Amino acid sequence: MFAGFDFDVLIKSLPFLWLGMQLTLQLTVLAVGGGLILGTVLAVIRLSPIKPLSMAVAAYVNFLRSMPLILVIFWFYTLIPRVTGTSVSSFYSVLIAFIMFEAAYYSEIIRAGISSVRRGQISAALALGLTPPQAMRYVVLPQAVRNMIPVLLTQSIIMLQDTSLVYVVGLRDFLTSAEIVAGRDNRPIELYLTVALVFLVVCFSASRLVNLMRRRYSL
Amino acid sequence: MIEVKNVSKWYSSFRVLDNCSLAIAKGEVVVICGPSGSGKSTLIKCINGLEPFTQGSIAVDGISVGDRSTNLPKLRARIGMVFQNFELFPHMTARQNIMLAQQKVLNRDNAAADRKAQELLDRIGLADHAGKYPAQLSGGQQQRVAIARALAMDPIAMLFDEPTSALDPEMITEVLDVMVRLALDGMTMAVVTHEMGFARKVAHRVVFMDQGTIVEDAPKEEFFGTPRSERAQQFLSKILQH
Ligand SMILES: Nc1ncnc2c1ncn2[C@@H]1O[C@H](COP(=O)(O)OP(=O)(O)OP(=O)(O)O)[C@@H](O)[C@H]1O
Ligand SMILES: [Mg+2]
Repeated sequence: MFAGFDFDVLIKSLPFLWLGMQLTLQLTVLAVGGGLILGTVLAVIRLSPIKPLSMAVAAYVNFLRSMPLILVIFWFYTLIPRVTGTSVSSFYSVLIAFIMFEAAYYSEIIRAGISSVRRGQISAALALGLTPPQAMRYVVLPQAVRNMIPVLLTQSIIMLQDTSLVYVVGLRDFLTSAEIVAGRDNRPIELYLTVALVFLVVCFSASRLVNLMRRRYSL
Repeated sequence: MIEVKNVSKWYSSFRVLDNCSLAIAKGEVVVICGPSGSGKSTLIKCINGLEPFTQGSIAVDGISVGDRSTNLPKLRARIGMVFQNFELFPHMTARQNIMLAQQKVLNRDNAAADRKAQELLDRIGLADHAGKYPAQLSGGQQQRVAIARALAMDPIAMLFDEPTSALDPEMITEVLDVMVRLALDGMTMAVVTHEMGFARKVAHRVVFMDQGTIVEDAPKEEFFGTPRSERAQQFLSKILQH
């Protein structure tokens, strides 16, 4: 099967593919980070006793979760320049779209994680004189995160795979770059096998890294 | 020190606390007992504002708990509380459990908080277990750490809600010993417990609750001699059989 496997094509296109990979990784890291922060804020608001706020967040989350990601990317691409009156690079419009979209999913995961922490833990934290935000920050969230890590990891890997959607606004992520080379040099097998392998390696390393961190911080 | 006046609490139409009054002076140890569901936990949680109440007033060291303008976290930092299920923070070691509130609430620096933690762990006989996580400790050890965690805040009073009822019999003594020493050191304590041995040894007064009301509030000798109410007599004979 590997008789006709053309490694030259791969080697020659490596710099081009690496450019795509950089975009994919950058986007993933920034969107996961931003999504987690925004998602945590949304989850906390959703669990807060202030009804109008928590209902607004619930509406936002349910709305975004029923939209296809590709549509959300389109919206932000066309909406942001109209609303703000300034043009934003494709990269930033896509990044914002990803953060807003992922935050909706993360917030649900985080909300479930927070609810999984026993109520007595909050009572104990408050009884010591911690303020409710401190109890959240030092007692509830660390435990919630521990329960959430496997699901958060899965969601982040889906996010990594979804970065390929950025081709719709003309950006070249890893998969799109590979597709271009595959079409140009007519070497689909080499490229798509490589893409599969790389995704496998990245996802595997990510889960190893998370396991390592869990042990290091005894989460 | 603790002044509960005519406190009532409803859960919708169900009355959990019915016109409860209770005063605990400085240095006094009061044991609260009564059948399950009589409102003991609720009453004790009202004292540090973990549970809101519907009517009446509670003051701790002259500060009104129910008042909206009261800084509750600040007040709670001065009242220690120990729970039935220990509620140690599972993601922190014993030492970190004892240090957290010292640092975040009292703004003690790392060294001071650590010194205090070590000193308290010493006192409860767990100096060698400072680096262990709650899951690595027995129930009795966890509860002793929980007591140390509360004491680290230098509280003016301590509240206990059935501190030994989740423990295996052989561990009850080690926790009661710590509490007895605390009582003999002059700590102001409100203790919900059915450990009448503890009550006999250190309590000044015993309070008996039933269906949300304080049925009996008597000096220890009087309570164990001849409780006035029939309910308390029945209850006593039941738990003293064990
Ligand atoms: N959130 C709640 N909503 C409605 N009823 C409640 C709630 N919490 C407690 N109760 C009721 O209030 C009553 C008193 O509860 P509490 O926990 O204070 O009793 P207790 O004396 O501590 O009992 P136990 O010995 O079982 O701990 C019980 O009948 C209980 O069912
Ligand atoms: Mg109770």
